[in-house]
Amino acid sequence: MKLTLWTYEGPPHVGAMRVATGMKGLHYVLHAPQGDTYADLLFTMIERRNHRPPVTYTTFQARDLGGDTANLFKDAARDAYARFQPQAMIVGASCTAELIQDDPGGLAAALDLPCPIIPLDLPSYQRKENFGADETFHQIVRALAKPMPRTANITCNILGATALGFRHRDDVAEVTKLLGMMGITVNVAAPLGASPADIARMGQAHFNVLLYPETGESAARSLERSCGQPWTKVVPIGVGATRDFLHEVAAITGLSPKVDESALRLPWWSASVDSTYLTGKRVFIFGDATHVIAAARIAATEIGFEVVGMGCYNREFARPMRAAAKAYGLEALISDDYLEVEDAIAAATPELILGTQQERHIGKRLGIPCAVISSPVHVQDFPARYSPQMGFEGANVIFDTWIHPLVMGLEEHLLTMFREDFEFHDAAGASHHGAKAQARAEDAPEISLEAEALVASADASGGGISAKRMPDAAEQAVPSGAAVWHPAAERELKKIPFFVRGKAKRNTESYASEQGVAEITVETLYEAKAHYAR
Amino acid sequence: MSLDAPDRGCREAPVLKERGQREVFCGLTGIIWLHRKMQDAFFLVVGSRTCAHLLQSAAGVMIFAEPRFGTAILEEKDLAGLADANAELDREVARLLARRPDIKQLFLVGSCPSEVIKLDLHRAAERLSAQHSPHVRVYNFSGSGIETTFTQGEDACLAAMVPTLARTEARELLVVGALPDVVEDQCLSLLAQLGVGPVRMLPARRSADLPAVGPNTVFALVQPFLGDTHAALIRRGATHLPAPFPFGEEGTTAWLWAVAQAFGVTRAHFDAVTAAPRARAQKAIAAHAATLSGKSVFFFPDSQLEIPLARFLARECGMTPIEVGTPYLHTGIVGPDLDLLPEGPAISEGQDVERQLDRQHAANPDLTVCGLGLANPLEAKGHTTKWAIELVFTPVHFYEQAGDLAGLFSRPLRRKALLQEGSAA
Repeated sequence: MKLTLWTYEGPPHVGAMRVATGMKGLHYVLHAPQGDTYADLLFTMIERRNHRPPVTYTTFQARDLGGDTANLFKDAARDAYARFQPQAMIVGASCTAELIQDDPGGLAAALDLPCPIIPLDLPSYQRKENFGADETFHQIVRALAKPMPRTANITCNILGATALGFRHRDDVAEVTKLLGMMGITVNVAAPLGASPADIARMGQAHFNVLLYPETGESAARSLERSCGQPWTKVVPIGVGATRDFLHEVAAITGLSPKVDESALRLPWWSASVDSTYLTGKRVFIFGDATHVIAAARIAATEIGFEVVGMGCYNREFARPMRAAAKAYGLEALISDDYLEVEDAIAAATPELILGTQQERHIGKRLGIPCAVISSPVHVQDFPARYSPQMGFEGANVIFDTWIHPLVMGLEEHLLTMFREDFEFHDAAGASHHGAKAQARAEDAPEISLEAEALVASADASGGGISAKRMPDAAEQAVPSGAAVWHPAAERELKKIPFFVRGKAKRNTESYASEQGVAEITVETLYEAKAHYAR
Repeated sequence: MSLDAPDRGCREAPVLKERGQREVFCGLTGIIWLHRKMQDAFFLVVGSRTCAHLLQSAAGVMIFAEPRFGTAILEEKDLAGLADANAELDREVARLLARRPDIKQLFLVGSCPSEVIKLDLHRAAERLSAQHSPHVRVYNFSGSGIETTFTQGEDACLAAMVPTLARTEARELLVVGALPDVVEDQCLSLLAQLGVGPVRMLPARRSADLPAVGPNTVFALVQPFLGDTHAALIRRGATHLPAPFPFGEEGTTAWLWAVAQAFGVTRAHFDAVTAAPRARAQKAIAAHAATLSGKSVFFFPDSQLEIPLARFLARECGMTPIEVGTPYLHTGIVGPDLDLLPEGPAISEGQDVERQLDRQHAANPDLTVCGLGLANPLEAKGHTTKWAIELVFTPVHFYEQAGDLAGLFSRPLRRKALLQEGSAA
């Protein structure tokens, strides 16, 4: 048993729903109690879909248990076929139905329905949403895709995009355009937008492009075995990765990787002197492994940030995640416990978080700007405009999205120069954001007093968790043995804009401990600044 | 008093009972508002990842503060041995209470999986109550989808509290059902002006304010979904005051008058107290009735508020209900509303969503009240919809909210008209 407040992933049958809802002509009969229909609104509300997900829920109740839930399933499956006439059906159980062991696959097979029935075995008490999507797509491909003659022209399939995926709609369009520039036509993009009939003709493509390993890798491996199709390993998020991807495709097809890059703006936007202020900004990256690994490369080599922490919630990808983190001299955080993620972010004192909707909340709480780069998603992650993450346009979108939350170039300098201004000060937030500026509290109490008060109130309201909510308090509480801040030095520290204050504080403290200084004075602060100057 | 019942109401109307796929939430969803209402309570769902995912998705947005609810997610090893599951539960509860010493009431909430594996949360609650008393009282109830639909979660929660309430011989009014704080204050103010009292609330904002109950307790429900709580209070000897629910000017007046009569308030004093707010409510409703009058409305089952709301829309806003679907029909509780709802609409209980969608399509109503899973698909087909969940998450009871309640129904119609103008231009 594990106490969970917020989850990064839903249960595996929600992953199966993402596949079914993304496809056309497929129906999902889900053995499930009343209430599991909540998942419909993920699609109709968060993604604003104008159709109900193609899912029939058997809706068994307490009084059916021990009675005939199996017949309930059979009736539901038969009625669903009669009403929707799908080309194929997937059948399975949600967490509760898994416990009553009715064998939906066997029951559905016994009905002799005139369409392929694909049983799903998704262990709800062990696995999660991404596994559910990956395994469902894999089973559909395994059941329906057969080897067949290749198309005359060079074609490929695009694998992994699902309903409710982070920017999947636009990524598929962008990658299709990119492949088109190389002279490659897309045979089938699946699951998103494909029908079972489309899946059946996947075998005629020359190779597969895997966009999302989390939801498509098992299908890619299965197609490699059954249809002899090679698949791409590079995910084209970012400029470098997109070029690497083009070279990988060129190696598979023998076509030229040279394509028109005139629409690519990220490199010049990044090289423009206006972007100088981005240099070395501390960034913490968390989300699904694929997006985090790609984001770290962009952050470090294409925008010039410093990656100070990275990790993912999907344990299945812990190994590549750890390897990627090592390249930046970091230990990857592999966790689906958002309190643990919050602690790690607070400890790393980043100036920008690249994360999921959960990290956006963490950022709000800690006062750190955040841009969303990965699922889990919210309604605002489904913009009306075209905004892919992949390919060259994706790189442009990423530049804009990540830079927007930050305080911009000269504004940052002005805040540093005129720290005491009563309305134009760091706590007021970036001036291009809508939030109401707060007037500076004059005669603010000494930091140490403030910290004591915060720690005291944290104790009164229950220690642990409340203290966690107040990273400043935790930061200010000086551990025994560490150097003590002289009040004048604390005042000086407070004049440093908030977006670099954490870094200045940490640097000064580690400098003091290296030098064996017991009390940090204003001089220590500036000595440390000189020491760490770059 | 214009509470003239129609020649024929709907109390005797035949009820279409259906079963099939239900497009509704389970009772766990009630935690979303209960955990804000009871400020020293924590709701610990013992369930699966699905339960946790439901709670964060149903809220639509994640709640910024640390929520006072969580899910103890059952894992493979918990299913293998129940003894271990109990030990695990005790450990998680101890850890939670150590971290949150401000918690005075802990609700262990059963889910579909915990019910199916027969994890005895009642005994667990007794065991944990003994361990953590007197600081924390541990209750249990089931919010599972196999037993409860949406608002029935609140009913199960309150019904679980009733047997533990202190006993009293005092003649007191108990107002039962979670209300938004602002509405609760208005309700208490009206009752005070009428001279009705003492008044207690269930649920109370804090455990220290929990009411006592006994043979002289008189209770009135402010939510129509409290069937089990109603039965539990009667078992404690309390007396129910049946009344239409306090939605709209007419419903609020009827509800207050039922209470006033039980406490010997004179008609003259009642009229003096209610005249001004009644007039305000009528005026506020009239502004929206212009949009709603003559329009037809179709209710998919959701919160059990459907019968009282149909009565409000039919009598005070001039709408014509075509079908009024409700998850459960407690005639003993919504009987007074059924009496006032003019005959005509089909009354349906339970749901087979595909067949109901067929009926809705055939009826082609001007306004369809339904859940979030259906709203956008129906809008895409050209229907105008009102999401039912907003009726539960918005202050809509009593006089000062009567106009807001009408506004919830008129806004989708006004919006559709605005957008049509825009696309015609």
